[in-house]
Amino acid sequence: MTEFNTRDLVTILPELVFLGSIGAILIVDLFIKPSQRIVTHVLSILALAVTAGFVWSAAPAERVTAFGGMFVVDMIATTLKLAVLLTTALALVYGRHYMQERKLLVGEFYLLILFATLGMLLLVSAGNLVTAYLGLELLALSSYALVALNRDSAIAAEAAIKYFVLGALASGMLLYGMSMVYGATGTLDLARIVAATPDVQHPNLLAVGVVFIVVGVAFKLGAVPFHMWLPDVYHGAPTAVTTFIGSAPKLAAFGLAYRLLEDGLGGMSPHWSQMLAILAVLSLAVGNLFAIAQTNLKRMLAYSTISHVGFLLLGFVGATPAGYAAAMFYAVAYALTAVVAFGMIALLARAGFEADEIDDFKGLNQRSPWYAAVMATIMFSLAGVPPLFGFFAKLLVLKSAVDAGYLWLAIVAIVFAIVGLFYYLRVVKVMYFDDAIEGGTLVLPADRPLRWVLSVNGIALLGLGFASGPLFAWCNRAFGL
Amino acid sequence: MITLAHVLTLGAVLFCIAVAGIFINRKNVIVLLMCIELMLLAVNTNFVAFSRFLGDPAGQVFVFFILTVAAAEAAIGLAILVVLFRNRATIDVTDIDRLKG
Repeated sequence: MTEFNTRDLVTILPELVFLGSIGAILIVDLFIKPSQRIVTHVLSILALAVTAGFVWSAAPAERVTAFGGMFVVDMIATTLKLAVLLTTALALVYGRHYMQERKLLVGEFYLLILFATLGMLLLVSAGNLVTAYLGLELLALSSYALVALNRDSAIAAEAAIKYFVLGALASGMLLYGMSMVYGATGTLDLARIVAATPDVQHPNLLAVGVVFIVVGVAFKLGAVPFHMWLPDVYHGAPTAVTTFIGSAPKLAAFGLAYRLLEDGLGGMSPHWSQMLAILAVLSLAVGNLFAIAQTNLKRMLAYSTISHVGFLLLGFVGATPAGYAAAMFYAVAYALTAVVAFGMIALLARAGFEADEIDDFKGLNQRSPWYAAVMATIMFSLAGVPPLFGFFAKLLVLKSAVDAGYLWLAIVAIVFAIVGLFYYLRVVKVMYFDDAIEGGTLVLPADRPLRWVLSVNGIALLGLGFASGPLFAWCNRAFGL
Repeated sequence: MITLAHVLTLGAVLFCIAVAGIFINRKNVIVLLMCIELMLLAVNTNFVAFSRFLGDPAGQVFVFFILTVAAAEAAIGLAILVVLFRNRATIDVTDIDRLKG
């Protein structure tokens, strides 16, 4: 038996501080008038910033575990936590104006996002199947409620019920897999599972567990053929909510995949890498081909997400630290790009006008050359045009796949990336070469932080492209390279 | 004598009924929620069986967590269902088809 140790509390301090702040915000929000919601907004961003400060300053040089291995802090967890906190703060800034215009700027919006973020922080630090499951469910349950936040929208309710049913199905699959892994290895601790893998008595039991866990993880990531929920949820949810669930949870899903597949089931990598290769090919094909047919920008970005998940999985197929580093870099690059892409839709939207059709972006260049340029940068980065951030991310995962001996997979990925170029460039073409539709005058919101942060985020995609060397070196260090 | 294999078979059967219920059911969203509960209970059966036969209490502790989360999940699912019913006046699975493509 491991005894209680106060050092454990120091290890988990950032999460404790964050939980304390959420509790405080919950109470403060009760006592303020709806017109003073800015207080909740500022406090939420402050809580995220303070937590990031604690994560940064308490970051251990090497792997530290707490509570008998339940909770792990290493450089991977630290990196993912900082990226999650940053992306969440960006999503809050981008979402405020949108929710305010629709009279949806309620305390629940902030609290559910903060609880979901707490779930993600736990998830990326999971050292045990129980912690992984609890972190995942805290994230998922908050997300279901967030999607249904607009109670008067029929499509939001529909999106929420689809998300709920398929999310719960995914959790069930994951749990069934976990029960098999527990039965085969006799432990719930990820480090002990990987140690027990070579000499299990019933390898078949473990293999069944791996299949179910891969299915569960693929559901959460949104990889084909488990992607059905993704377009509907992105489309149906309020844009501010899509901005959040389309960005930060992808980092958490990477964390989940890494913790379960490598930390826990690393000994089974020959089994799961084949499955992930198939999921990657299907995701790349379906994501890119279906995105071409979309007229709704949120739906198009959802299919684009599916194709990006395919790229992310390319980093996993080799099961090497270099591949995971590339995949982590990809997840961070994708989250920072997706958050600003959905933020752009939230920026152009106003009461009674969603701005989520591709046609709504027609002639944006005549109306606002600056935001047209920002949007073009985002689209080029998603498409992977050099020298933007997205290009280096794609390059690194492709390189890792080739190094791992999956040359055919890299070729498939490049072919579909070229197919993907078509629909990203269509948005750029619509902005620069089409005339604005009648009555589509552009009213930019007076929310100055929104406009400034969004512009900086958009331009940062270019800057980070040039700074991708140090960032990738950071990711490599996290994986001990 | 009931062996581990018996209990695992029971768990697998329950799990299959639940998954089949989710995919075959075309009638009612509440049945979907029941299937989700059944799926989690199938997993619990597995965990308790392994825990008993391995002589390790950790699996039973996990079951308590799963039961708690399942309760929260049911609450959120029913709340979403109420929102859906207020907007659509139906909880038929076949009518939930406005988002497509």
